[in-house]
Amino acid sequence: MAKTIAQEFTKGLWSEIPPFRLVLGLCPVLAVTKTVENGIGMGLATTFVLVCSNILVSSLRKAIPNKVRIACFIIIIATFVTVVELVMQAYTYPLFLKLGIFIPLIVVNCIVLGRSEAFAFKNGVVASFADGLGMGIGFTLSLAALGAVRELFGSGTLTIWETPIQIFGPSFQPFTFMIEAPGAFICLGLMLCVMNMTEK
Amino acid sequence: MREMIKMIVVLTILCSFSGGLLAAIRNGTKDKIETQQLTFVKGPAILAILEGASNAPIDDRFKIVDQGVERNFFIGVFDGKAGSVAFESSGKGFSGDIGIMVGVNISDDSIVGVGVTTHSETPGVGSKAKSDPSFVAQFKDKPLVGSFQVKSDGGQVDALSGATVTSRGVSVALTDAGAIYERLKPQIVEKLKVFK
Repeated sequence: MAKTIAQEFTKGLWSEIPPFRLVLGLCPVLAVTKTVENGIGMGLATTFVLVCSNILVSSLRKAIPNKVRIACFIIIIATFVTVVELVMQAYTYPLFLKLGIFIPLIVVNCIVLGRSEAFAFKNGVVASFADGLGMGIGFTLSLAALGAVRELFGSGTLTIWETPIQIFGPSFQPFTFMIEAPGAFICLGLMLCVMNMTEK
Repeated sequence: MREMIKMIVVLTILCSFSGGLLAAIRNGTKDKIETQQLTFVKGPAILAILEGASNAPIDDRFKIVDQGVERNFFIGVFDGKAGSVAFESSGKGFSGDIGIMVGVNISDDSIVGVGVTTHSETPGVGSKAKSDPSFVAQFKDKPLVGSFQVKSDGGQVDALSGATVTSRGVSVALTDAGAIYERLKPQIVEKLKVFK
């Protein structure tokens, strides 16, 4: 592990950006990105869980027996997810209602478990913190971008702080399929395609 | 053997730490969550059901203890008479309980309105019970007695397409609401008399 802390952080933003490069955790990615706001909210919740679980897993990595490590990760992750759930209920209730079941489902998000298993269990606290934060921000940006594209074409608006802003004029006919499940897949596929093309 | 003990000890410590932390946060956010729910979830449903009431139903509420459970009743004043109450009941949905608010006119036991308050149904499918007003509109003016069942079970309720389990949950909640209403009607009438 010759990488510097800064590299650990920035790899999550582009070279290993979670939903596009790792193609992990697609369930919430496809389901909640109907609006920009949902995407950002989901991303921030996941970021919090990622950072906290990475820190705790890496600081406990010497104490956790190898055979039950997955069980330990899940306990740690589930704890933080429940914390997020309660805090969101108390302070951002409307957003919590929109994200619904997908907040508790962060527990089984492959990105969170994947970072604990692949990174935090083998690296120090600071590196794990940088990794979690980078991955989380990358995830948030991806969700926001996907949400922006889908919302823009699917309903012709962009929602920020509960207020949908009309981007196109009133004569705009929204492509309703963009906010349904097929639109999510097509949009994700096209964005993956663009990312791969820029790489070449 | 030593390894096994270590595994058990580590898991136990982790779990108890997790439990303690969550209990503390739960306690700290409980009041806040209740206020949020009343304003965001129940508030709109109550106001929609008791639309046109001349009072503030959320402020004019009373509690009745029913079989060990404390229930909130929200009063709706129409034409100068406190003739309607709204209260909550719940039924099992596709994932977790569905809470509904039922408004009932006590003079003829008819439903003033129904609204879904809390649920964790599949977004876009079962969640339509809440977002699609035409589903709950079918209950308006029906008498709040007997059992409610979806049509595929031989009942009278039009189910949401693709969300039969959710529709069943709402029907169960309504049936329950009917039972609660029947049990508590004398007490409700008493409370409304005092309110006047």
